[in-house]
Amino acid sequence: MIVASLAFYLFSFIAIVSALNVILQRNPVHSVLWLILTFFNAAGLFLLLGAEFLAMILVVVYVGAVAVLFLFVVMMLDINVAIIREGFMKYLPVGAFIGIVLLVELALVFGGWAMAPEAQSLRLAVTPDMAQVPNTEALGLIMYTQYVYVFQAAGLVLLVAMIGSIVLTMRRRPGVRKQDISTQVNRRKEDTVEIVKVPVGKGIA
Amino acid sequence: MAEFWTGYLLPLILILAKILLFVVPLLVAVAYVTYAERRIIGAMQMRIGPNVVGWFGLLQPFADAVKLLTKETVLPTGSSPVVFFLAPMVTFSLAMIAWAVIPVNEGWYIANINVGILYLFAVSSLGVYGIVMAGWASNSRYAFLGAMRSAAQMVSYEVSIGFVMISVLLTAGTLNLSEIVMAQKGLWFFIPHFPMFVIFFVSVLAETNRHPFDLPEAESELVAGFMTEYSSMAFALFFLGEYANMIMMSGVVTILFLGGWLAPFDIAILNAVPGIVWFALKISFCLFLMIWVRATFPRYRYDQLMRLGWKVFLPLSLIWLVATAGFLVYTGRVPV
Repeated sequence: MIVASLAFYLFSFIAIVSALNVILQRNPVHSVLWLILTFFNAAGLFLLLGAEFLAMILVVVYVGAVAVLFLFVVMMLDINVAIIREGFMKYLPVGAFIGIVLLVELALVFGGWAMAPEAQSLRLAVTPDMAQVPNTEALGLIMYTQYVYVFQAAGLVLLVAMIGSIVLTMRRRPGVRKQDISTQVNRRKEDTVEIVKVPVGKGIA
Repeated sequence: MAEFWTGYLLPLILILAKILLFVVPLLVAVAYVTYAERRIIGAMQMRIGPNVVGWFGLLQPFADAVKLLTKETVLPTGSSPVVFFLAPMVTFSLAMIAWAVIPVNEGWYIANINVGILYLFAVSSLGVYGIVMAGWASNSRYAFLGAMRSAAQMVSYEVSIGFVMISVLLTAGTLNLSEIVMAQKGLWFFIPHFPMFVIFFVSVLAETNRHPFDLPEAESELVAGFMTEYSSMAFALFFLGEYANMIMMSGVVTILFLGGWLAPFDIAILNAVPGIVWFALKISFCLFLMIWVRATFPRYRYDQLMRLGWKVFLPLSLIWLVATAGFLVYTGRVPV
């Protein structure tokens, strides 16, 4: 047990330090690298909770895909940090005000947190016994039975976003030479080559 | 005190011993894969290959290692020093930690976790960081272009790798690697899933930046790609990481499609051979295929590589996934 709590403090300490570094670094690429470290430690905390599936999915989706795209974009940008710092003092009061409002709102929400007794009984009814089925199976059992419509609706939202981004970026550019492999393969000798007997001394016009 | 000894110290020592038992043979294997590659390609191109150092050149990998160790470490001006040296370490350690879950025989593993295949997928999807960090930190155009190519390539091929893995998982009905191997008793998955086996193998070539998809380090265009600025031990770590990755991905192919440590036929004589021998033989077969491909095919052009990943492999693996699921449900063979 003591190992688990030591691991918890280690993961949370590194997570907090690296999250701070995300906003304190001058170089945006370093910020993204610290963000990746934060994700890793969050995955470690999930593991300690016994949520192995969520931990792995966090690493696969956020670290393996989302953060790669972040890094990709940030490396391509030419960000001048000095110019961004210039406005820092000017916007500080507004930013601090918004932050305090958010904090108070969160405090109000969590202070008045109450759970309806019916909701509790409903939740307990559908959660599989964690001692008998593994974590991944339990998630699947809930998601594909009790919450299947919500799950499908979330999928539809993602589908709309995906089609939207494809439609936005798809445009016909004139003058671009592209390889069409099926045309290449389907070309026959008769379509492209003409064999001409050239008379000697005359040539072809 | 006695509790501390049996509860913490003894398991720790056992785990460290297991890790050593995995890592030392792995590093020797990595050294000899580089030697095997040079000898096999030499034979295929009617050359001799390294044959001077030691008997049949068998000490060549160690001679190379000593040479690399004694070279000067160069840090390019304008580079980002921490990230520059972090990159090869990331590449190398990612290739090593994947072995934590790979079972080499029945009950021979460091960790037997329920989400083993997801762990492997997560680790292989992180491989891109070593390359991207190296390309960015080098402050060199060649390195940066190599890193950009590699990032796009690895992200693209991961998608089809994921779908192929899901088809196999549906058939096996588990995420645990040992149970996936045991599910192949009688019929290895490369027979019913043969098209997926081919797609997976080609995607593995792209994922490990091997020929014919070695665009990130295409020497005729980019000098050495993301490795251009590296020398000495940092270069050696990249090199070791690349070959360790090849072995690791061959291990994944073996577990998912070639029946892991199982003997080819259920005969007493073949079953008497230890499982780890079969496992090693199957990995060697995959590695030989990779080297054979390198000696045979010319390099892909970048747009062709992207087309193959997104327009051919992705739809094919998706259709196969739906077909597998449909077949399993329709014939009532869904493993519970």
